[in-house]
Amino acid sequence: MFENIGEIILLFWRTLLALPQAWRQRDKVFDQFFEIGNASLLMVCVLSFFIGAVISLQTGPILVERSLASAVGGVVGIAIAKELAPVMMAILIAGRIGSAMAAEIGSMRVYQEIDALRTMNINPIHYLVLPRILAIAVALPMLVVFSVLVGWFGGAMVADMNHRMEIPFRVFFANLRDIVELKDVANGVFKSFCFAIIIGVVSCHQGLVTIGGPRGIGRSVTKAVVNSIVLIVIFDYILTRFLLK
Amino acid sequence: MSDNQNNSSGVGLVVRGLRKSFGGQEVLKGIDIAVKPGEIFVIMGPSGSGKSVLLKHLIGLEEPDAGEIFINGEPLTTPEIAAKYRMALVFQSGALLNSLTVGENVGLYLTEHRLKPADEIKKIVEEKLADVGLKDAVNKMPNELSGGMKKRAAIARALVIEPQLILYDEPTSELDPVSAVVIGDEILDLNHRIHVTSLVVSHDRDLAFGIADRIAVIIDGEIVTVGTPDEVKNFNDPRVKGFLNADFKRDK
Ligand SMILES: Nc1ncnc2c1ncn2[C@@H]1O[C@H](COP(=O)(O)OP(=O)(O)OP(=O)(O)O)[C@@H](O)[C@H]1O
Ligand SMILES: [Mg+2]
Repeated sequence: MFENIGEIILLFWRTLLALPQAWRQRDKVFDQFFEIGNASLLMVCVLSFFIGAVISLQTGPILVERSLASAVGGVVGIAIAKELAPVMMAILIAGRIGSAMAAEIGSMRVYQEIDALRTMNINPIHYLVLPRILAIAVALPMLVVFSVLVGWFGGAMVADMNHRMEIPFRVFFANLRDIVELKDVANGVFKSFCFAIIIGVVSCHQGLVTIGGPRGIGRSVTKAVVNSIVLIVIFDYILTRFLLK
Repeated sequence: MSDNQNNSSGVGLVVRGLRKSFGGQEVLKGIDIAVKPGEIFVIMGPSGSGKSVLLKHLIGLEEPDAGEIFINGEPLTTPEIAAKYRMALVFQSGALLNSLTVGENVGLYLTEHRLKPADEIKKIVEEKLADVGLKDAVNKMPNELSGGMKKRAAIARALVIEPQLILYDEPTSELDPVSAVVIGDEILDLNHRIHVTSLVVSHDRDLAFGIADRIAVIIDGEIVTVGTPDEVKNFNDPRVKGFLNADFKRDK
């Protein structure tokens, strides 16, 4: 599956070189950005709420039994901010947006739209790849901030209402603030920025190398999502190790 | 910019010994053609003979395995030289961008390269669409057009570039006979008006003999004959005769 890693890195490099074009392409960046928001905000909300809820449900009673009720807010807060929100949102966005990028660019490739761009001297990297990668690189970290807040809220709700915990809402957040620092959230947001680049580059690359008809597009979409998720999980470990210092 | 930006007359095109294989299958087996500036040159040949592949080489979408292409005497080897000349390819399928309206497609070259202010682009787009009889389609999406309308929109998109060389890939396939004549006339008219060099790939015999200054016949990746329509009609080769005179076996 990693036979194309060289090409992917090359595409990333070319996109970096295209960065001076960003201002020119701002309309497309905004379009993509709003599309990502529109397509995923509700899902992010639901997913984050339930992730927060379940992590609270899983850890809370165990801590309370051991008279560590004051740690629940911190444990849930850290788990969501540093790990669950960035990784789960990246996986969600890989499935929702990465797939769309690969499908869109892949069908443009198959139906010769990209060839048509090239005959008009329009660089597909400037026109198609750069706006998508910029948009996702901004949107995903913002979604993660949102996800962290909703996740904490979900965790707090369960801690408050579950009869095995009964930790009041305010107490949960007071405990959370004792343990979670701004840098923990920043840490997760930074990871999500890296994941966004992975999703964008892998999906755009997969779209650009699509061959064959509709089946080829289907294959590209699957590959884009699976490869993105595998790389996200691998990079999650590497980045965490590196950020833990 | 260089003076050929304002010079609307066509450029000459020479192809020498062009070869291309795809995975062991040799598609172009040494193509030699010379198209004169301002000429309408038609390449005819059966399906799968390599016509579309040849056009893709001419516009730089494919790299040849061997052989050379000269535009106006200059070898087409670097993107800089290619960028000096305005060339347009009308794709066999039209290849309009499906996410843009017809009008946006036609104006894409101008908007992306910031060549004109928006209101002027709008005017040019309307004008070019009117030229190909698609005045009312400006705000339609490509998937709302018929095959023939797509092709005409693609021609409008090519005209916006004000090309010195237009390559048409099967401009009249999918068109009814009347629209085919309209497109043929349009190709002729452009040629007279702005002296653009036109290279038309087609297996439409009526179109070829109706508009061509010269015709080449390509069979299995080789040019079998080149000449004026009359010369080609009288060329004595069973393959050419078979292709040009193909007819149904209905009893007379
Ligand atoms: N990218 C490619 N990879 C592999 N084979 C190709 C490729 N493009 C074209 N071919 C092959 O080259 C041959 C010529 O194709 P081409 O599209 O040029 O035919 P054509 O003369 O335009 O036919 P038609 O009149 O049907 O459009 C075909 O056998 C085709 O399978
Ligand atoms: Mg063809």
